[in-house]
Amino acid sequence: MTYIAAFLLGILNFALIDNVVLSRFLGLCPFLGVSRKTSTAAGMGMAVIAVITVSSAITYVINRFVLLTLNLVFMRTIVFILIIAGLVQTVEIVLKKKLPSLYKALGVYLPLITTNCAVLGVAIDSAQKQYDFFQTMVFSVGTAVGFLVSIVLMAGIRERIEHNKIPKSFQGMPIVLITAGLMAIAFFGFKGISFGNLF
Amino acid sequence: MKKLLERLYNGVFKENPTFVLMLGMCPTLAVTTSALNGLGMGLSTAAVLMMSNLIISLLRKLIPDRVRMPAYIVVVASFVTIVDLLMQAYVRSLYASLGLYIPLIVVNCIILGRAEAYASKNPPLLSLFDGIGMGLGFTVALTLIGAFREILGSGSIFGFTILSDWYEPVALMVMAPGAFFVLAMLTALQNKLKAPSRTNDPDKFCTGNCRHCMDATCSIGNREKPVVPDEPEAVPDSPAAPAAEASGRKEGEQ
Repeated sequence: MTYIAAFLLGILNFALIDNVVLSRFLGLCPFLGVSRKTSTAAGMGMAVIAVITVSSAITYVINRFVLLTLNLVFMRTIVFILIIAGLVQTVEIVLKKKLPSLYKALGVYLPLITTNCAVLGVAIDSAQKQYDFFQTMVFSVGTAVGFLVSIVLMAGIRERIEHNKIPKSFQGMPIVLITAGLMAIAFFGFKGISFGNLF
Repeated sequence: MKKLLERLYNGVFKENPTFVLMLGMCPTLAVTTSALNGLGMGLSTAAVLMMSNLIISLLRKLIPDRVRMPAYIVVVASFVTIVDLLMQAYVRSLYASLGLYIPLIVVNCIILGRAEAYASKNPPLLSLFDGIGMGLGFTVALTLIGAFREILGSGSIFGFTILSDWYEPVALMVMAPGAFFVLAMLTALQNKLKAPSRTNDPDKFCTGNCRHCMDATCSIGNREKPVVPDEPEAVPDSPAAPAAEASGRKEGEQ
């Protein structure tokens, strides 16, 4: 029971209070680039959740049982990025063959995820902070949910902005960046909530 | 010689990775809380970019086309590891404040983008200078943004207080939202002045995602009308050109 409670609180913490995009600045590129429509944003968010969950489980195992035991911690960056690139490639191939319907929904986003810094960032961050397996999973799922929440919110706002009259110089990227800044301020509000010492 | 200098000019002004190409947004926004952090991040990225451009250019005829991306990633990741370890050894305080963003240089799209767009097609010396130019451009941009945020947010520059008594620092500027606002003002200014930037044209502009330098993922956002990146003639070797090729190849396969 305590594990379930800790899991849910942890997810809330990393999704809202310590949001990956708006306060940790990871995964900004898809956040700005793939947020024109709510549907595509949701697809991207789902794909990120899937990839981050699987990749941080694998990188945890590799880090704990290969890199740490063989004293190869300095190889972390190379090993992790290769694992993530390989994983994304494999997931893409497997989905294409076995689950074409899911592939249709998420497939287009998968290639973009390899270089999404959130994926590598979460893996390296949890390895550096020496989280155990449970903590790693809470951290990574929470981060991924936070990405989904922020990118879908952003897409929703952008769909509405389209119909507004915006000063000419602010059309395009500037207004999107200002929106992101306002969202970041709004997310500051969550910082007032504290779940105590999570880990 | 003239060609080499042209590469430097290109990197710093004509195709500045931050102001003109709008690449590598994550470190640009995340670490520019002070001018010194911006400078440190810029220089470490520049070091990686220089070396990876040089090595990839030397290896360009040996790397088979099909596995070029993993090969580039290994080269880049090796240099990132070297820079990471050197910084841990010699500039600990800077390393501590940049933290996670040093290993994340691997996924900085400027580096893979230059490898794909320039170093894989050009001789070593030119590629090295392209790396230096782009790296300098990135460093200048990050230092400027960092200085701007530091002055507004804490009234100092490079740690020296310059606005002391009468100025009430806007702490927001050194926090997360400030990064977005500063960049928004900057891009708005570029739009106003009609400076050459991807921000001027929403269709051409796709910060996309860190991979857009390699394949035309910009079209994801608006799939109804396939975006054919038609870059202005003035920017012949911009990342958008290989992007178009890559997407063509990809669609052919499926």
